[in-house]
Amino acid sequence: MNSPDEDQILDAISRWLERDVRPQVKELEHADRYPESMVATMKEFGLFGATIPREYGGLGLPAGTYSKIVTRISEVWMSLTGIFNSHLIMASAVTRFGTEAQKEAFLPRFASGELRGGLALTEPDCGTDLQAIRTRAVRDGDDYVINGTKTWISNGIHGSCFALLVKTDLEAEPRHRGMSLFLAEKGPGFTVSRKLEKIGYKGIDSAELIFDNYRVPASSLIGEAEGRGFHHALGGLELGRINVAARGVGVANAALKDSVRYAQLRKTFGKPICEHQAIQLKLGEMATRCEAARLLVENAARIYDAGERCDMEAGMAKYFASEAALENSTEAMRIHGAYGYSTELDVERYYRDAPLMCIGEGTNEMQRIIIARQLVARNPA
Amino acid sequence: MKALVSIKRVVDYNVKVRVKSDGTGVETANVKMSMNPFDEIAVEEALRLREAGTVTEVVAVSCGPLACQETLRTALALGADRAILVQTDEELQPLAVSKLLKAVADKEAPQIFIVGKQAIDDDSNQTGQMLAALTGWSQATFASKLKIADGKAEVTREVDGGLATIRISLPAIITTDLRLNEPRYVTLPNIMKAKKKPLDTLTPEALGVDVKPRLKTLKVVEPSKRKAGAKVADAAALVDKLRNEAKVI
Repeated sequence: MNSPDEDQILDAISRWLERDVRPQVKELEHADRYPESMVATMKEFGLFGATIPREYGGLGLPAGTYSKIVTRISEVWMSLTGIFNSHLIMASAVTRFGTEAQKEAFLPRFASGELRGGLALTEPDCGTDLQAIRTRAVRDGDDYVINGTKTWISNGIHGSCFALLVKTDLEAEPRHRGMSLFLAEKGPGFTVSRKLEKIGYKGIDSAELIFDNYRVPASSLIGEAEGRGFHHALGGLELGRINVAARGVGVANAALKDSVRYAQLRKTFGKPICEHQAIQLKLGEMATRCEAARLLVENAARIYDAGERCDMEAGMAKYFASEAALENSTEAMRIHGAYGYSTELDVERYYRDAPLMCIGEGTNEMQRIIIARQLVARNPA
Repeated sequence: MKALVSIKRVVDYNVKVRVKSDGTGVETANVKMSMNPFDEIAVEEALRLREAGTVTEVVAVSCGPLACQETLRTALALGADRAILVQTDEELQPLAVSKLLKAVADKEAPQIFIVGKQAIDDDSNQTGQMLAALTGWSQATFASKLKIADGKAEVTREVDGGLATIRISLPAIITTDLRLNEPRYVTLPNIMKAKKKPLDTLTPEALGVDVKPRLKTLKVVEPSKRKAGAKVADAAALVDKLRNEAKVI
């Protein structure tokens, strides 16, 4: 059940999606064009401050409401959520671990969308294994000098500020004690080397970022203490996984909705295909996946909002919902037959978008390991 | 100058309406409700007048059950300054609503009262006109353009033959047509702000208005299902059918 507030918020979002987004998705997506005017509306809607506390100019929404917004938008165009998802995780790192001065300096600008960006964690040689990063920051007076390369950075081209994970101590044992997280605004020494081409998740820029003697003031080190970066980065991943899970629910829902409609219109052997058992079995499974995925996301969000550890629940939601999106998009294509394979309908987009959620924000292989480890830790023999 | 706008809570325009099994009306339980689209246009117009400096305060009024508060919150989130709910669980017919709105108008003394031309549920298209009769104010219905200057309103109206532009004195009742404007979106920050805006509640009794229904609905039925079509061999066969079966040419 949604609260009246949530209903009003989701209603406002839906109106925008139906009036301005849905009619444009196909063109922008196929051209892989950045949705400038939609981003302007998203700013007005306050989405760049959705989870930022109200005292810093955000909406202060709980993860529960926020994930419903993400799902709703993903039902129409999943890519759009990428423009503010990682941005808000960067903001949550500042909210949770930043100094008061950092919160005042950055959060209001994040909330208004004046300063947008995301996370810069992944490197060409490592993603899931973050402790293996090689980007280095060396203290030099009041500054740090950073050298290294980051890749697959969402909003890398259109964003201007990133939570940048670096090594500040190469010798530290365990390795994560030598990692730190900076707020890096674009400037001399910070360049975007190229836009990365992808099979889906179009419209949003994923880029490679190069740091070549890039100087950042020591005051931009989140929490102004070295060695906590790994902890800060992981802290944001719970919300990140709830995000990705919510996207999965959206794509799974969209695939189901299109399929239910098409199965009633398309006829074979004298009746609509929804009356054939072969299709009914598919629809039954797809709908159950949607419902189960949604409930897992709601559960993880509820625990997150209660301030409790939710890596296991967020992992379950992320794993299940992303697989649901993948399976539903595949089944939607089978139900639609040749039309599903055609680029005229939206099904092919779901099919290209869904794998992103299985891979991004910690692979699904990793999620199952996290779940198992937590399971053992919470149930000692 | 103060502007009043009236708001009706109706079944959302995206909902496929179903008739109740006993034929007394349409199903509204567990159905998505929202602001009557013509009223949204009314709110938008009032907000534009305020942004242009013509109007200083926009007050949204709704008549109906407690749940209308939600719809009024939407008007506040769109930008209305405050809201008034005339709360009653009685079924309200257009004349009763007009009387209630007149009573509110007497209290608030607006210079302009903008009303949706009709509600998408009963399509009565009566409230604005009756309100004008009860208040004795000038009226301009089916407005597609509105200009206010020198204590007069210049209104372009959509009429059968085209567009008619009239000038009327204030205070006035304006009813909105579809092309008057395109309403803005409710944004999330404004939903939050709307919670702090004043929403007063009145009752028909306190306003001294008798709202008892005077019209009786005998029966509500679904529109008849569309019959299956037929294919004809050629244009001549079509003309023949149109002339002899359908008798339309």
